Amino acid sequence: MDNRQKEIDNLKDYKYGFTTDIENTRAPKGLNEDVIRFISNIKNEPQWMLNFRLKAFERFKQLKEPDWQKPKYPKIDYQNLYYYSAPKSMKDKPKNLDDLDPKLLETYKKLGIPLQEQKRLNGIAVDAVFDSVSVATTFREELTKQGIIFCPISEAIQNHPELVKKYLGSVIPVTDHFFATLNSAVFTDGSFAYIPEGVRCPMELSTYFRINASNTGQFERTLIVADKGSYVSYLEGCTAPMRDENQLHAANVELVALDDAEIKYSTVQNWYPGDKDGKGGIYNFVTKRGLCKGKNSKISWTQVETGSAITWKYPSCILKGDNSVGEFYSIAITNNHQKADTGTKMMHLGKNTKSKIISKGISAGFSDMTYRGLVDISSKAANSNNYTQCDSLLMGNKCGAHTVPYIKNKNSESNIAHEATTSKISEEQLHYCQQRGLSAEEAVGLIVNGFCKEVLQQLPMEFAVEAQKLVGISLEGSVG
Amino acid sequence: MKEQLQKDFDNTIKNLNLSQKDIEIKKFYLENFINKGFPNRRKEDWKFSDLNQIIKKNIGELSFYSDYTSTNKVDTSAFVDGLEHNKIVFINGRIEKIDFDYEKKDQIEIIDQSETINKFNNNSSLSDLNSAFTNKSFKIVVKEGYQLTKPLIIYHTTNSKIWSKNINLRLNFELYENSSLRLIDLFKDTSEKNFLNIFYNFDLKENSVLKNYKVDKLENNNIKYSFNNIDQDKNSISETFILSSGSNFCKNEINCNLNGEYSSAFVNGIFSINNNKHHEIRTIINHLTENTKSYQLIKSVLEDSSRAVYQGKIFVNSKAQKTDGYQLSKAILLNKDSEFNAKPELEIYADDVKCSHGSASGSLNEDSIFYLMSRGLNYQQSRELLINGFLLDVVEKITDPEVKNLIKNMIGIKE
Repeated sequence: MDNRQKEIDNLKDYKYGFTTDIENTRAPKGLNEDVIRFISNIKNEPQWMLNFRLKAFERFKQLKEPDWQKPKYPKIDYQNLYYYSAPKSMKDKPKNLDDLDPKLLETYKKLGIPLQEQKRLNGIAVDAVFDSVSVATTFREELTKQGIIFCPISEAIQNHPELVKKYLGSVIPVTDHFFATLNSAVFTDGSFAYIPEGVRCPMELSTYFRINASNTGQFERTLIVADKGSYVSYLEGCTAPMRDENQLHAANVELVALDDAEIKYSTVQNWYPGDKDGKGGIYNFVTKRGLCKGKNSKISWTQVETGSAITWKYPSCILKGDNSVGEFYSIAITNNHQKADTGTKMMHLGKNTKSKIISKGISAGFSDMTYRGLVDISSKAANSNNYTQCDSLLMGNKCGAHTVPYIKNKNSESNIAHEATTSKISEEQLHYCQQRGLSAEEAVGLIVNGFCKEVLQQLPMEFAVEAQKLVGISLEGSVG
Repeated sequence: MKEQLQKDFDNTIKNLNLSQKDIEIKKFYLENFINKGFPNRRKEDWKFSDLNQIIKKNIGELSFYSDYTSTNKVDTSAFVDGLEHNKIVFINGRIEKIDFDYEKKDQIEIIDQSETINKFNNNSSLSDLNSAFTNKSFKIVVKEGYQLTKPLIIYHTTNSKIWSKNINLRLNFELYENSSLRLIDLFKDTSEKNFLNIFYNFDLKENSVLKNYKVDKLENNNIKYSFNNIDQDKNSISETFILSSGSNFCKNEINCNLNGEYSSAFVNGIFSINNNKHHEIRTIINHLTENTKSYQLIKSVLEDSSRAVYQGKIFVNSKAQKTDGYQLSKAILLNKDSEFNAKPELEIYADDVKCSHGSASGSLNEDSIFYLMSRGLNYQQSRELLINGFLLDVVEKITDPEVKNLIKNMIGIKE
C-alpha cells in the first residue's frame, strides 16, 4: 500500500516537466520563404527537397486554418514561432553516443529512454528527436545487416534520396490540409525507416520526441516504408516540459505498406497536458496516414492518448490494395481541462478490404472528448467489411463525451456495422470491488483498465506496462 | 436569383394585407435568405445532400411567387376511405379547407396568425425563406384535457397547375395539459419540379400526447423539405413516424426539446426508395432535464441508384441525468449503385446516462435467402419476404392501431 502511494505521489505531477538547459541554434522567428530556405540550407538539402518545401509553402499561403473541430483554441500567431531549434552541439553530428552532449544523454536517461548501448537488452532501436532534430539513433549496425534503413529523415534525404523522393508526400501530399501543408514546408527532422523485401524487422523500432525549447513549434516528419512481404513494429513516445504558454506540435506521419507487408504503429502520447486550471500544454495537431498500397497489406494504428492540452488527430488508413486490412485501436483519456478530438478514417478502395475500429474514450474533470471517424466504402470496394465500436466513459457531470461517426456505404456487397455506448462506471461494479477490499481509486483503476483492455492488448509488451500505469495516473484525483 | 426573389417578394406582399411592421419583418427575413442562399454541402447539416445543387439540377430557376387569390376545387375522391377523420387541405400551398367535424367545437381553436410573424426556433436559410414567403399561417390549439376522437389528416396536394415553384407552408400546434392529437401528413403530388418548404411547430404541455405520421408514398418529381420543432413539457410524449418514399428529393428534420421531466420522444422512419431518389432524415433530440427518454429506429431499403442519409443526434445536457437515449439505423443496399450515408452522433455532458447508437448497412443476407428458397420459395418471393419483415419492424412501432392499419395498407406490407 505504502509503496503504491509513494509511486502515485511521484507520478501525480507530470514527471517529464523538467527543462534541459542546453544551448540552441535557432532559425529567425517567423514564417516566410527565407526561414524555409534557412532550414533547408542548414540541413544541406538538395534542390528537389527545397522545391518540395517551397511548393508546400505556396499552397499553405492559400489555405485557411480549419475551425470545424470541437475543441476551440485561441488563434495561433504563426509569425511568433521559431520553426527551427537544435542543440548547438549538434552542428557536427556526433559519430557515436560518446560524442553526444552529456546533458542530452542525461535528459533521455531521465525520460527512461535506452539510448545507451548497455541497455541493449531492451532490444529496441531508438531514434531520439530533441526539439527539431534527431540526436541519436541506436542499433544502427545490427539493422543495417538485414538491409533495414532506420535513420533520421534528414540523413535519409542525403543518403537515400531515391527512396525519400519516391515516397515522401505520396500519402500526405503537399497540397493536403492546413497543418499537414505547414509541416511539409517547415519540417525539421523525424525518423525514416525502410524495411526491404521479405525482411521481418527483428526488433521494435522506436522514436522518442521531446520538445525542450520554448516558443518553438515541433514539426517532425516520419516516413515508414515496408517493402513486399516485410513486417515492422514501430513505437512512438512524446514528452515536453511544463510551460505556461501553449506549444504547437504538428507532425506528419506517412506509412506505406506494399504487397503482403505489415506495419504496426503504436503511440503513447504524453505531452504536457497543462496544469489543473488548463494553463499551458501542447497543441497536438498531427496528421497520420497509412497507405495499404499493395495486395494483402496491413496497417494497424494503436494509440494511447493521455497528454496534450488539445489532441486533434485522425490516424487513417487508405485501403487501396485488394484484401488489405486497416486497424485502429485507441484509448483517449482527458482530465482537468484537456480536450481531445480524435478518431480515424478508413477509406476502402480495394476489393475485400477489411477494417476494424475500437475506440475507448474516458473523460473526467472539466475535459471534453470527441470521437470523430469516417468509414467510406467506395463503389469499387466489393466485399469489404468494417466494424466499429466506440465506448465512452464519463466521470462527473462537468465533462463531455461525444461521438461523431460518418458512415458512407456505396457498395451493396459490403457491410458496415457501428456501435457506440456512453455510460459511467456502475455503482454495482464499484461496490463489488470495494467489498473485496480495494479502495475507491484502486477499484476505478481496475475497472478502467478492464474497459481499455481490448486496446492495451494490442500494444507491444514494453509499452503495455507503461500505458497501463499511465491510464491509472491520468485519472488520479478524478474519483470521489 | 436575387432579382427574381425581390420581384416575387414584392408581388407576394401586394396580395397580403400586412401592416408596415410585418412587411419590415418579412423584408428582414428575405434579406437573410438572400445573403445565405440555399444550403450547400459546405454546411455541416447539408454535407450529404447539397440542396443548392439539387435544386439547380432538378428545377433550374425557381419562382417564389404564387397567386393565392383564386380558390382551387377540393377533390373529395382523394380523401382517405374507411377512416373517419378531420381534415386540413392544402392545394398548391393554399389552405382550402379546415374541417374538425368530428370534434367538440369549443375544444379546438384555430387562430389565424398570418399577420403576426412568429419567431421560429431555427435560424437556417430555409426558415428565413419560409418566414419571408408564407402567406397564411394558422395555429391550432387543443384545449386542456381534450383528446381528439378522430385523427387529423393534412392533405398536401399539388397539381399540374404549378411548375418550378417554391411553396412555403407553416403550421403551429399547441397541445394543452392532458390533451392528445393524432396527425397524419399525406402527400399527394401530381405536379412536377416544385420545391416545398414546410415548417411545423409543436408545443406540448404537461401530459399531452402527439402522434405525427408523415407519409410520402406517391411517386412524384418534387423536392421537399420539412422541419418539425417539438417542445415538450413534463410527462409529454411525442411519436413521429416518417415514411420517406415518393418524392424525388425529401429531407425531414425533427428537432425535439425534452424540457420537462419524464418526457419522451420516439422517432421511427422508413426509407423505401428507388431510381435516382435522394432522401434524408435528420433528427436532433435535446435531453435538457432529468429522466427523459428518446428512441429512434430508422430502416432503409435502397434500390437502383438511390441514396439515403440519416443524421441523428442525441444531445444530453449536464443537468439531464438518468437520460435514456437510443438510436438505431439499418440499411439494405439492393443495387451496387445505391448508397447509404449515416452520421449518428452523441453529444453528452452528463455522466449518469444510458446512451447508445448502432448503425449497420449491407446487402440482403444470402443465408436467409438460401433458407427460404430451400423451403420452396423462389428468389423473388424470398427477397420480398425478407424486405417486408425488415420494414414491418418499424411499422409495428406505431402505437395507434387505426393508423397502423392504414399505413400497412398503403405500403402494401402483409403480415
